[in-house]
Amino acid sequence: MKIPYFPGCTLKTTAQNFEMSAIESAKKIGIEFIELPRWNCCGVVASLTSDDLMRHLAPVRNFIRVQEMNKQGLVKNENRLLTLCSMCYNTLSLSNLRMKNEADDLQKINDFMHREEENYDGNIEVVHFLSILEEMGFDKLAQKITKPLKDLKVASYYGCMLLRPKEVGIDDAEAPAILENFVKSLKAETVDWDAGSRCCGSYHTVNNVDIVYNLVKGIILDARKNGAEAIITSCPLCAFNLDVRQSEIKKDNPDFQTIPIFYFTQLMGIALGLDKKAVGLEFNKIDTEDILKKKKLI
Amino acid sequence: MAEKQKMIKVYLTGELFEVPEGSTIMMALEYAGFQLKQGIGCREGYCGACATVYREKGDYKLKGGLACQTVVSEGMAITQIPSVPAEKPVYDLNDLTPDVGTFTKLFPSVFRCVSCNTCTKACPQDIEVMDYIQAIIRGDLAKAADISFDCIRCGLCAMRCPAEIVQYDNATLARRLYGKYLAKKSPELEKRIEEIKEGKYDKDIKELKEMPHDELSKIYYKREIKIS
Repeated sequence: MKIPYFPGCTLKTTAQNFEMSAIESAKKIGIEFIELPRWNCCGVVASLTSDDLMRHLAPVRNFIRVQEMNKQGLVKNENRLLTLCSMCYNTLSLSNLRMKNEADDLQKINDFMHREEENYDGNIEVVHFLSILEEMGFDKLAQKITKPLKDLKVASYYGCMLLRPKEVGIDDAEAPAILENFVKSLKAETVDWDAGSRCCGSYHTVNNVDIVYNLVKGIILDARKNGAEAIITSCPLCAFNLDVRQSEIKKDNPDFQTIPIFYFTQLMGIALGLDKKAVGLEFNKIDTEDILKKKKLI
Repeated sequence: MAEKQKMIKVYLTGELFEVPEGSTIMMALEYAGFQLKQGIGCREGYCGACATVYREKGDYKLKGGLACQTVVSEGMAITQIPSVPAEKPVYDLNDLTPDVGTFTKLFPSVFRCVSCNTCTKACPQDIEVMDYIQAIIRGDLAKAADISFDCIRCGLCAMRCPAEIVQYDNATLARRLYGKYLAKKSPELEKRIEEIKEGKYDKDIKELKEMPHDELSKIYYKREIKIS
């Protein structure tokens, strides 16, 4: 299956391990990501004001690219746009929702973009890779696993962007299970914990580091308390905060026990038999190899 | 008797003038008596000094162009942009790394891009300005350098940008970083520089310098250009 793929800026810079592990894992289960030949920033973050239409230009332009890909024959009748980054997923989905619901706004945007060769027709569906896996069936994924992540206790960290607002959430915001079902399909053990959809502090990491520092500390302590040996996420900003700030917490508190942070696709890759290089473990800040070696996975 | 030159009406900085049909904006300005001290450069479309904003009669769009390259039309309204007072950070290329972090520090406004494409519409060089800005945002400096190669730094993109990005300065930095750190090194160039230093071409240069103009012109046009 070939599917149009929107990487987003972060996956090309600080989250290359997310992209490489996702592309390689997907190949193993017969999904080929076709990167948009031309794309721009998703528009992050989604504008919530009703009169700030300009912020929707970026997402809509990317939707037009998907239409073009179909015309160019790069994909066949494929109106889905696949994303990996939770933030891109959220921003693109919210804009798309508005374009589908507000015909006047869509008209204004199309008029403004008169240099584009075609209008956005409102028919693209933004999908997250996790939803594709769910649709395919986690049981099917389970059948393809060659290296079960036996005994590895994995805490699923959703953050905010995958679940909220509910109109675009990929699962129930209050009781999500999609990541846990994913973890089970890799034959790893799920962890029942409280902090799975707590905020990581998001962009406060730029100029209010204390906020992120304290939130991350709470999240990690909760994971440890509930026996987690690894945390998975699909958000590069969450991953950055959890990974980088944890190192700082450790520096201040030598007794603090760190937990490796993985993109969900990295563990998926390992379970599908990819080596550590193919899933980009060297990009992760907190050591990821000790636990994987201990479980005889690498 | 020579045929009478047809004249057309144009608005130069809001004032009505009659200028010869077929003039470039720069010729029209000079014909009308403006003494150009700024916003004038090579007169050949290379340097980008003569950025101009104009509107054609009956059109609502403000367009950008070079005064030395754009031909006037009846009823055209014209204003020159002699300089762009944009912020320009000072940096030492030796201290920088060829990645997106460098832009975060020196040009944080680049991340305000909303992909409106107004910069591309304003560019007299038909460069996909928005695409190189987007390439910078995702750290693809090779692509940014490639797309922006024909930029003449006229500044029209920055003047129209709703996010107040100084596109051309970003592009210059991308090309500098690409050239210094990322582009494939050329051992041939190093070798040639050594040869020049050693005086291998001194005799040839001296001969060329002393050659009469006609002869120089003849060998110039007879030369073979190898494009590899």
